[in-house]
Amino acid sequence: MRLRKASVLAAPLLALALTATACGGGGGDEGDGDGITIGIKFDQPGIGLRDANSEFSGFDVDVATYIAGELGYEPGQITWEEAPSADRENMLRRGDVDMIVASYSITPERAEQVAFAGPYFLAHQDLLISSDAETPTEESIGDLTLCSVGGSTSAQRMEDEYGANLQNFQTYSECLDGIVGGSLDALTTDDAILAGYAAQDEYAGELTLAGLNLSDEYYGVGLPLDSDRVDAVNEAITRMVDDGSWDRFVEENFGSSGYEPEPAPAIGSAPTTE
Amino acid sequence: MLDFSFLDLDEYDLFGAFWMTVQLTVASAIGSLIWGTVLAAMRVSPVPVMRAFGTLYINIVRNIPLTIVIVACAQVLAFRLEITLGAGPDIDDRNFRLAVLGLVAYTSTFVCEALRSGINTVPVGQAEAARALGLNFTQVLRLVVLPQAYRSVVAPLANVLIALTKNTTVAMAIGVAEAAFLMNEMIENEARPLEIGVLFAAGFILLTLPSGLLLGRLARKLAVKR
Amino acid sequence: MSDLSVLYDAPGPRARRRNALYAVLFLAVLAGAAWWIYGRLTDRGELEWRLWEPIFTDSRLWTNFVLPGLKDTLVAAGLSMAIALPLGALLGIGRLSDHRWIRVPAGAVVEFFRAIPVLLLMLFANEAYFQWSSVTSDLRPLYAVVTGLVMYNASVLAEVVRAGVLALPRGQADAGRAIGMRKGQIMSNVLLPQAVTSMLPAIVSQLVVIVKDTALGGQLVQYTELRSTIGDIDNNFVSLLAAFTLITVIYVVLNFLLTSFAGWLEGRIRRGKRGTGAVLSTTTTDEMDVAGDVPGPPRLGKGPDTRT
Repeated sequence: MRLRKASVLAAPLLALALTATACGGGGGDEGDGDGITIGIKFDQPGIGLRDANSEFSGFDVDVATYIAGELGYEPGQITWEEAPSADRENMLRRGDVDMIVASYSITPERAEQVAFAGPYFLAHQDLLISSDAETPTEESIGDLTLCSVGGSTSAQRMEDEYGANLQNFQTYSECLDGIVGGSLDALTTDDAILAGYAAQDEYAGELTLAGLNLSDEYYGVGLPLDSDRVDAVNEAITRMVDDGSWDRFVEENFGSSGYEPEPAPAIGSAPTTE
Repeated sequence: MLDFSFLDLDEYDLFGAFWMTVQLTVASAIGSLIWGTVLAAMRVSPVPVMRAFGTLYINIVRNIPLTIVIVACAQVLAFRLEITLGAGPDIDDRNFRLAVLGLVAYTSTFVCEALRSGINTVPVGQAEAARALGLNFTQVLRLVVLPQAYRSVVAPLANVLIALTKNTTVAMAIGVAEAAFLMNEMIENEARPLEIGVLFAAGFILLTLPSGLLLGRLARKLAVKR
Repeated sequence: MSDLSVLYDAPGPRARRRNALYAVLFLAVLAGAAWWIYGRLTDRGELEWRLWEPIFTDSRLWTNFVLPGLKDTLVAAGLSMAIALPLGALLGIGRLSDHRWIRVPAGAVVEFFRAIPVLLLMLFANEAYFQWSSVTSDLRPLYAVVTGLVMYNASVLAEVVRAGVLALPRGQADAGRAIGMRKGQIMSNVLLPQAVTSMLPAIVSQLVVIVKDTALGGQLVQYTELRSTIGDIDNNFVSLLAAFTLITVIYVVLNFLLTSFAGWLEGRIRRGKRGTGAVLSTTTTDEMDVAGDVPGPPRLGKGPDTRT
């Protein structure tokens, strides 16, 4: 009987202790005044990737660091948050992040919910295919089995406009083995993202871009709808392009993959109304 | 606070998505019942190797998160071993079958354990009497023990069925267009997680509550009075 | 697994030969399947050492990804268990209350939260913490995951406890009343301890469910638990197959430890209670998964059925 009484008492105490350690471990510096929280991708090589040392690299990371610098934040003051595609608007709405630089295409629907600065990059939807496969044309897309990430706009368009067979997964990496093995024909999303996967060691020489420009994706910097930083970020982007940093970031992050992106788009060139 | 004006049933096939959930549930429930019974039979069988396999299977599969089981069905079975379960080139059909396979592999462990506890509720005398009549192992199980065991485990199996209904949401991970998949798509497009969540929660309550109540009543009706 | 042999006669020479034949056939089928899978994976180069090596040689894989993920999984699971167990007991007792105004709400809560997928509960909790609390954004995923898991699992545990109490012989409560105990005393000193002990296997299975369900936290509310590290590990170190295998093995070991610990604990409790005769037939690793073990006369199961 004593053991049981003790265990009944112990349970809430254990809970308290665990809560305490959880708070002690996780409680970070949230202070808005002395840092900035930026949402990026953690799983897109070349764009935004958490590497083996748990550090961050990629084009979006470089761009975000530059913009934060222009806004007056040292690299050490930046907190990186993972911003999955489906959660980006919500993260801005809730104030979890101060801005999002995560291959975030400017679209009229999104522009109703968040403020966009930029664009800072122009990508096109494309297909990533096995190097052995025949390069498809826009007309033959309907015959292919494509792979993408569930719910993404590029995936929905492939199904609606081209009538392609569509396999949805939760991450792009899950598509790659199917393509190498021949179970799937292609992975579809923006060419900038695809280039990063094609350049991974694991798939060296096995994957290649089809080179179809299926859409224009203008990557913008997402800010909360009521943000007063849009102009400052736009200025930062302009400066980044003018002083050659933009070209350097492109070279550093896409150089080895052989992907040559379009020149930097002009500020405000993305369509924000239908 | 909640605003459902975004909801356009022409754009989002809500009923189609829940119909897929129902199909997944029914197919997996039948499969799990069969494979779960086979596993339970193995676990009580006279052949030590089969008993060992049954125990091993259960203790491994039951301890793996369902997400991993289902993704493994697509990644390992379909992509690496190229087992397509007789599905044609239609990828939706293949994914459906793979998801059912994953759900069956996982849920059957729970069915098996429920059945085993059901077998435990059958009085020893029943099996002894059956053996005294000269029935062999499969006959004892098939004619005497299992019929009684099934009756006493209707309630636990109802719990398994409810859990299974909700677990079909995990099939989203390999792109089966069931309710949770549509929910994800809607959240991505409309960015209203709360309203959309409420909508789908209501759908699941509509699916699981009646079946739970119905099976509960059935359990009371079928229970072996002792 | 001592004597399920009540289901079949002690095998004679012919039966033993037949059983041996079955065993050989069964093993042959298993070995054939394993060999075929091995061949397929080798053909595809999946088993090349370089795709698996970092698991054993690169400590960064562990220190930067696996261990932090494991820690988050354990924190969420531990917190959920610590809160869900007492809460579930309370709800279960509530459903057994003599008072309608306790019984009905408790029942409604249990039925409601059992009907909704945990993933959705986590999503709601996440939004609720944002709307109505000051929890910071880096702690919110943990809170959301724990809340979702607690709401669902407390409901299931409530049913387990209730079934356990209902399965006890009436004499237990009667005896309590006879020696002048109040209702609360009967519940806390007589019924609950026995019900919890006899339902331990079902409770442990539910704890395993909690550990596994933390994996849902990585899907919609960005909790960085163990499963969500598969992507990082695949991107930086090994093949997808290797990453999946590694994480799967960790889950299996983790849950095996949990069930073993529970088995040890159950053994202790049963030893301590020898002779009180309230333990339903159970063994450690053979736990059932669902509430509602129906009591009956001597049963086919193993273990002494000492109820009176």
